[in-house]
Amino acid sequence: MTETAAIPTDVHEVEPGPMHGHVTATGISNEKLAMWGFLGSECLLFGGLISTFLLYKTRAAGGETPHELYDIAFTSISSFVLLMSSLTMVLAVSAIARGDNRATRTWLATTALLGTVFISGQVYEFTEFLNEGYGYTHSPAWSAFYTLTGFHGVHVTLGIIMLLSLLALSLRGRITHDNAEAVEIVGLYWHFVDVVWILIFTVVYLIK
Amino acid sequence: MSISHIDGPLALGSGDEGRVRPGGVFARPTTSSGWRSWVTTVDHKKIAIMYGTAAAVFFLIGGIEAILIRLQLAQPNGKLLSADLYNQVYTMHGTTMIFLVVMPLGAAFMNYLLPLQIGARDVAFPRLNALSFWTFLGGGIVLNSAWLLGGGADGGWFMYAPNSGVTFSPTHGIDLWVMGLLITGISSLVGAANLVTTVLNMRAPGMTLFKMPVFTWMSLVTQMLLLFALPVITAALFLLLFDRLFGATFFDVSSGADPLLWEHLFWIFGHPEVYIMILPAFGVVSQIIPVFARKPIFGYPFMVFSGIAIGFMGWGVWAHHMFASGIGPVSVAAFSVSTMFIAVPTGVKILNWMATMWGGKLKFTSPMMYSIGLVTMFTIGGLSGVSHSVAPADTQQTDTYYIVAHFHYVLFGGALFGFIGGLYFWWPKVFGYFLNDKVGKINFWILLVGFNLTFGPMHVLGLQGMPRRTYSYNDGYGFNVWNAVATVGVLVIFVSFCVFAWNIVHSYRVAKRKAKGGKLTAPADPWDGRDLEWMVPSPTPAHNFDVIPTVHSLDEFWHRKYAEGEDGRLVRVAATEDVVQKGDATDVHLPSPSYWPIVLSAGLPFIGWGLIYSLWLCVVGGILVVAALYGWVMEPSTDPAAGHDHDDHPEPTDPSGDAAEAPTDASGEAAPTEEAALVD
Repeated sequence: MTETAAIPTDVHEVEPGPMHGHVTATGISNEKLAMWGFLGSECLLFGGLISTFLLYKTRAAGGETPHELYDIAFTSISSFVLLMSSLTMVLAVSAIARGDNRATRTWLATTALLGTVFISGQVYEFTEFLNEGYGYTHSPAWSAFYTLTGFHGVHVTLGIIMLLSLLALSLRGRITHDNAEAVEIVGLYWHFVDVVWILIFTVVYLIK
Repeated sequence: MSISHIDGPLALGSGDEGRVRPGGVFARPTTSSGWRSWVTTVDHKKIAIMYGTAAAVFFLIGGIEAILIRLQLAQPNGKLLSADLYNQVYTMHGTTMIFLVVMPLGAAFMNYLLPLQIGARDVAFPRLNALSFWTFLGGGIVLNSAWLLGGGADGGWFMYAPNSGVTFSPTHGIDLWVMGLLITGISSLVGAANLVTTVLNMRAPGMTLFKMPVFTWMSLVTQMLLLFALPVITAALFLLLFDRLFGATFFDVSSGADPLLWEHLFWIFGHPEVYIMILPAFGVVSQIIPVFARKPIFGYPFMVFSGIAIGFMGWGVWAHHMFASGIGPVSVAAFSVSTMFIAVPTGVKILNWMATMWGGKLKFTSPMMYSIGLVTMFTIGGLSGVSHSVAPADTQQTDTYYIVAHFHYVLFGGALFGFIGGLYFWWPKVFGYFLNDKVGKINFWILLVGFNLTFGPMHVLGLQGMPRRTYSYNDGYGFNVWNAVATVGVLVIFVSFCVFAWNIVHSYRVAKRKAKGGKLTAPADPWDGRDLEWMVPSPTPAHNFDVIPTVHSLDEFWHRKYAEGEDGRLVRVAATEDVVQKGDATDVHLPSPSYWPIVLSAGLPFIGWGLIYSLWLCVVGGILVVAALYGWVMEPSTDPAAGHDHDDHPEPTDPSGDAAEAPTDASGEAAPTEEAALVD
């Protein structure tokens, strides 16, 4: 944190970039800084849940552990879909920065769609496990699995709602080049959720 | 937009915000007086006063619980409370004092002082600030609603598993406890993101990080700790909640769960939490002592860096709460050592305060007395704390009254003494009248005596082996005398707070009489202060600064009044009246009040109660939250009718005026649309 002391605090010297409407002591807009803070906080929420899963992943009360039921091929595909949504998110941010509203809407919609595909995959996966007889209350391993992946799913869902809100506002002409940072900030959140999934996919699914 | 700030620092970026008015129902409230102005306010000063008031009410509740505990233990085989009720009372006492008294008191000081000390007109997100307060209040109400809904939580404030499971605590007390803490957690998270952004982004020109007052620094560290500690307890609370409500098996030992998981998660949050409680008070006394010693704080960089060091090291000591839980000799040794280490930065602070007083022209006013009270009482608590770091000794002390003595010395003798000193110090700035200093000193001495009578004997009781959390003890254990003394002590503490309350009322009456019915005003700089908050009139005008000051040095305001002469002596260079602001700027454009923070906050308790009792309540709460989110997003970012022709501002900066109008939702959902609302 102390290195921020080196950032010029005299606002006369801060040249606002094209994406910045505010003049702040750090040069980063309030909204973006708060989003970074919030994401930092989220890291520890997922940290707690991932630790819980790691502690409990083999404790399935005599039943099968999540590891024995994973369909790695299926989850790899849905993970790939989610990762591609980060690419389309980048394209949306780049489009709004150019002022290309049409492309912005296309890429926002695509990102939301890919996110929805991922969530559908998660719903399908949960249903499969339930059909096998491994519900939420089965054992610590399963409680931890559903809680961790469920929390991630809720985050993706909130992200989709944000993307659709952006889309609606863009259609009403209220998201333009001037407030491109709004798209960028939602993008930060979206990428964060993707990065968390990379971690979850590795730690929860791939590592035995 | 990129060049918009040149048009005028207080105008909206787009300059044509008059057209942004989506629907009359979303018009923003305009009242500036009466109760409506309080429920819709986004002014950091009013929010701070509400934080303080709410904390006082919860302090009364927690205090009554404390008195009940002491009355029960006054004599052997006490009959006042049953064992069950006693469990509820000490659990709720601890939870209330920590989450609903000390933390919001810190929030009150930070809300009031941070913008003033960094030379801003408000926080980064004024509406989120209001949301933080109302959400905190909602969480406190949910937590305490347990008393009316079948009994309070009964597992201790640490709520160890598996004792917190439905099997051992079948009432809804713990469910409501979890809900209450989750909701206050939202409040603290929103507040932390807001205040961190405020301190980093909204500093006046020239105020680099190392020109910030120590209180601002300690608040920044505190909010950083909150930002990263809260999600850990949030995760743990969700696990517990899902166990209790939905039958998850996180702490169900019979299906293979490990109850130590809760202890780890809880204390990874819980230890930073103790610094979250004490650092703001450290900041307060770091402001008071230099003023009344008439010396700059000794070793400012050491003060700041020791605070930062505490912030980092606070994460590496959590398992010293668990020495008796069988975590193994390596862990115990490692956490023993780290616990001894963390005493070093704390010791640095104590010695720096003493060095600040050393050779100073001490003025023993009430705020100074309380500050010295903190330094001495906290040192006692710190010493008993270091004795816990010696694991073999700690194994003897665990779960005895020695621990109770320790944490009351650091939290009551530390945090609370500091905050009361802060109240006496900043009261004229906030309310425009002084608390009577003589009564303040009487108040202090009664409190000091009562405090030591209550908690001093607990050291002895603990070393004699009296267990914590016990609802009675037999005659002949040798506990009788010191327990009776402690109970007398708590009554003395009660008297001292009555004196404090009387002082507030009495001083107000006297001031009103002197003002002859006019508005109460105090001098802007009554104590010959050092920081920017003393530069504005008392009480602080709604817009804080007429002109945002440009900062050239640490203790900026002091250096505008005094310089060092050739012989090294202090020379006055300007009369105070000439350097303080008049507070008469009338055309400053401030963020408009809003209905939506309180509406959003009102929805959360219903969702909490609904999850426990009936999902229909969740529907009610959900509708309130969604409606509030829509309203939040759709209402114009400022009231277009409000005048803002303050274009010829002499100093071309006011981040707050501009940025303050663009709040964003903490979870991020509303961020994009909020941004959108800014620009047509």
